Amino acid sequence: MCGIVGLFLKDRSLEPQLGALLGGMMEVMTDRGPDSAGFAIYGDGAPGRVKLTVRGSGLWGVAQALSVAVDSIVEGVLRDTHLVLSLPAEQEDAVRAWLALNRPDLAVVGAGRRIELYKEVGLPAEVSARFGLPGMSGTHGIGHTRMATESAVTTDGAHPFSTGADQCLVHNGSLSNHRSVRRVLEPKGVKFATDNDSEVAAGYLTWKLREGASLAEALEASLDDLDGFFTFVVGTENGFAVLRDPISCKPAVMAETDRYVAFGSEYRALVGLPGIGGARVFEPEPAHVYAWERG
Amino acid sequence: MPVVDLAQTSRRDLNSRLHALAQDTNETLWRIENPDGRHALAAGLDAPITVMIAGHVGYYCAGMNKQASVVVEGNAGVGVAENMMSGTVHVKGDASQSAGATAHGGLLVIDGNASARCGISMKGVNIVVKGSIGPMSAFMAQSGALVVLGDAGDSLGDSIYEAKLYVRGEVKSLGADCVEQTLDEEHRAQLRALLDAAGLNGEVKVEEFKRYGSARTLYNFHVDNAAAY
Repeated sequence: MCGIVGLFLKDRSLEPQLGALLGGMMEVMTDRGPDSAGFAIYGDGAPGRVKLTVRGSGLWGVAQALSVAVDSIVEGVLRDTHLVLSLPAEQEDAVRAWLALNRPDLAVVGAGRRIELYKEVGLPAEVSARFGLPGMSGTHGIGHTRMATESAVTTDGAHPFSTGADQCLVHNGSLSNHRSVRRVLEPKGVKFATDNDSEVAAGYLTWKLREGASLAEALEASLDDLDGFFTFVVGTENGFAVLRDPISCKPAVMAETDRYVAFGSEYRALVGLPGIGGARVFEPEPAHVYAWERG
Repeated sequence: MPVVDLAQTSRRDLNSRLHALAQDTNETLWRIENPDGRHALAAGLDAPITVMIAGHVGYYCAGMNKQASVVVEGNAGVGVAENMMSGTVHVKGDASQSAGATAHGGLLVIDGNASARCGISMKGVNIVVKGSIGPMSAFMAQSGALVVLGDAGDSLGDSIYEAKLYVRGEVKSLGADCVEQTLDEEHRAQLRALLDAAGLNGEVKVEEFKRYGSARTLYNFHVDNAAAY
């Protein structure tokens, strides 16, 4: 089943409330996905620096050890089982190499200038509270509540998936040709961390974007190449997009006002948003790409 | 008039109260506030009452309806009036997928658009959509009528039996065995009656509609297709 939500702010004054609003939307979607939950938030970014979201245990001291190892300032913000590292962009390869060598138990689940990505097994409200989502601010965010069908209930199987810098994808549905798409993408250098079908969709978009496609063009192309049921909500550093499969197998509702664009698997998820009574509420059409970009 | 605020009362309490009404109840007009997209509101009614719902509703609103009039002052989620037997359901906004699915009777009026699979497997219901309908509408529709003032999406009426489809706008494509048919006086009369019932008295010209229905080529097994099995 699964529930997905997304919120893309147009009005900067709402940015401090992004986490609280997104968390509320995710909680309402608990009965569509009580197994696990996850979210990506596009928050602050500093020029010349990148953020890596690292997941695992024993995260204390990792930032300090990295600062010494790469001889630069590596800052770390610890939130439960996730650590967000901020480091000079030119040290990203060195930091990843150090982590792979010294802490192979840790997984880098998100990377980019502004993205932070968190996911865990458990009820959405618990996951949101563990990571302090209600206190987070940002420009846009995407959340997912999972009811596992294709693979086990593990943190690895939870969404969102991120396979490229500042990119993330959440998926409701299941893909039937993910193994064959994966075989095409792997020789092109797209890396996958799990066996999950949704990660292949994320990797497909990463490849298209790397080849120069816009987010809308990449999604348009996926209609030809991905087979199965899907509603995707996708985030990039400045973009937010929605796509449903050609027979609109999975539900979707959107709301747009002067202040935001919001997505929910069901209208219930949007009820807590400010000014929802006056919003333009509509159902996205099948096989039609909806994309928004921040100016 | 009973007013039920769903911010205070559970959906289950509301539906239980509505189900408990006697046929000769004096509480014939109900108002439901703060529906907030909740599912299965006013489902399974069987009394001659009117239920006004002040806002957007979730899945299966007014499902299995008998006798009652249900008015949604907003959008409806998946499966509004699914399997309705009689009565009327009026959605003032848009309806999501599978509006009026499998419904046997009654009248479903949608002021806005209906998305995919509107009237799928309809079995006698009359549906009037003032906007457009999505793809795969009236799939395997058996009887009843679907009237669309706007356009229809892909594969309208795929594998249709004897339902009558009237579309004023463009039909993106017709499904298997669904063909355009003549709009005769009996059809114009039916269309006029349905438009009137939907509150469109004389506003819309019946001559502007085209009628679609079954070519009946799928009714019997054709021996030329034997090799396909």
